[in-house]
Amino acid sequence: MIRIACIFACILSATALPAPGQDASLDVPKSVVAGTAFSIPAAGSGKATLYIAGPDGVLKRDVQLGQPIAIAASDLDDAGHYIAVLASDSSSQTAQFDVIAANQPASISFLARPSRLPVDLQNGITGAVYVFDSYGNLITSPVPVNFELSVASAPAQTRTVVTNLGAAWTGMNSATKEGNAKFMAQAGNVSATRVIEQVPGEPCGLKMSAQKVGDKLNLVTEPLRDCGGNAVSDGTIVTFTETWDGGQTTVDVPLKRDIAQAEVPAHMGARLSVATGVVMGNEIRWEGKE
Amino acid sequence: MGGRFLAFVLAAATVALIVIGTVWPIPSAAAYAGITGPNTSYSTSTPEGAVDDLAHTIGQQNWGRAYSMLNNKSEFTQQQFINDIRGSYPGLRTYATLDTYEAQPLRATDNQAEVRLRLRWSTVVGTFLDTRDVQVVRNGDGWSPVWPLVKEQRVPPQVIPVNYLRWDVIYRGPGDDWGAQDVEAPHIRIVDMRPVQRAAGVAVLGEVLNEDVVPAFVSVKASLLRKDGSTLATEEAFDQISHLLLPKQVTPFLIMFPNAELSDVDSIHMDPTSNLIAASADPVVEIQNQKLSPAPYSVFSGDLSNQSGQIVNIAHVLATFYDQSGQLVWVGDQYIDRALQPQIPVPFSIPVPEDLARKVSSERAVVATYSNAAFQ
Repeated sequence: MIRIACIFACILSATALPAPGQDASLDVPKSVVAGTAFSIPAAGSGKATLYIAGPDGVLKRDVQLGQPIAIAASDLDDAGHYIAVLASDSSSQTAQFDVIAANQPASISFLARPSRLPVDLQNGITGAVYVFDSYGNLITSPVPVNFELSVASAPAQTRTVVTNLGAAWTGMNSATKEGNAKFMAQAGNVSATRVIEQVPGEPCGLKMSAQKVGDKLNLVTEPLRDCGGNAVSDGTIVTFTETWDGGQTTVDVPLKRDIAQAEVPAHMGARLSVATGVVMGNEIRWEGKE
Repeated sequence: MGGRFLAFVLAAATVALIVIGTVWPIPSAAAYAGITGPNTSYSTSTPEGAVDDLAHTIGQQNWGRAYSMLNNKSEFTQQQFINDIRGSYPGLRTYATLDTYEAQPLRATDNQAEVRLRLRWSTVVGTFLDTRDVQVVRNGDGWSPVWPLVKEQRVPPQVIPVNYLRWDVIYRGPGDDWGAQDVEAPHIRIVDMRPVQRAAGVAVLGEVLNEDVVPAFVSVKASLLRKDGSTLATEEAFDQISHLLLPKQVTPFLIMFPNAELSDVDSIHMDPTSNLIAASADPVVEIQNQKLSPAPYSVFSGDLSNQSGQIVNIAHVLATFYDQSGQLVWVGDQYIDRALQPQIPVPFSIPVPEDLARKVSSERAVVATYSNAAFQ
């Protein structure tokens, strides 16, 4: 690594301070597509050494002057700025050129956030795409990217966004119905899909009833839904509270098959309440029948 | 002259007391100091001495000797005696060590006496007190304790069907692309927060809500900031919080800043964090008969009833106290030293500071549970 750095420094100094007898610059294309073969004409006679320094290291090759120098497709595949130096005993020639990414997308990195969100949220889902060529170079030229968010119960949302310096992003709305959505991004023939879990929102209209069973009260909620009618996820904690003169009983129970159920001691005149998270439900005063 | 004499008297009295305490230590003090050897026997010529001897032997976990000292050992087995002290199922008691004990004579006749034995046990989450009124009867020349065995209720063998939910998590793999999707951390929110100045320092109280549909492992950190924006102190709730929050569950938290002064604090930075974890909705614990006794000796008490079929090895009750306007007043907690068996109520009591108890209008309790079965 230090050696490469030294060589690179020497090349830079050679470029900055032309030696006596230095010839005109090398005839190298200003830009070359990554992974493309090309040749560099080399005038003169005798032997020389070609150095090509770029972001991924230095290529060194002994060449015969007077013959074109062939650079194979596999020699330069990392996009970036390169410096070429052709050094012989009597002179040195330099050139600078860029290796650019191919325009054809070969892979994309698709970041979809979040992976889980409540239903009916405007611009709640964001998708960002980075487009790469077959050598993993970021394609900085504009590339159209199609985004599609599809759910089973509603028409798909689509957007087409052109990349800016290799990246494109968009925002999407979550659907009004719960369920998994497929979020797909496509650039050229390449696509990637993510799954976005759309979950019910805050419970709406939490209501319970009470029934005496032996010396206990059986408290049962109605099936719990959010404001869009989606069933609230099983496992959601519902808190039942019974308050009477001189005491209180509370129990946190998980929702199971849309309802929560608990048994508490039956106290005449007790006030029964139900809540989940910060959402309060109805209250019942137990007078012996419900 | 008078001052010198007083200083001399005080110094002499101090030296005399040190000598007396060293040469004739009270048994419990000797035990704390480790002066007594493992085979030290206390005089059983007095009721108090007999109970001291028993307590010391229990502290050494010499169960065979402790059992043999009992006058009523024919009424129960040695294992039942051990279970009474250490619990039938693994719990805090099982791993506790005797920190201190105190034997206080209550009454005595020629042949019978009663001694109140306070055993203070030490655990990883603090100490708990086990108080027993021990009858002591004359046995020849000495005295012998009658152990007041509290037979632990046992659930009869049965099958209790449960079908509670469980959440499992598959995280992204190490070989996945950096853009590959991962599971989202649960969304949590601090719904209430309040700093309170106490004698021991500043306490930051609050409540955290898991507003997601998946279980969360939560922790809350707070930083006290000075007027110039610099950090005065940073602390975490540690165990004064229920770390596992199921969907839409709320836990109180309390963060203590020892020796801090609220007057030095300009603002507080709260840092709640959450991680998605595999969890089970089981067990459900009902908190029955919650009562707050009035000040000055205010205690929030109740019974925990395990509604599931799984033994809860360690239960931790966290209580939140509110004033009439619904504002947070205090957060208290208590660990239950015995395992919770299904359907068998276990009492708890959480003391409330007297000055705060007068402001309390309502309270709310949650239970954090730890079960060995959960780790199997």
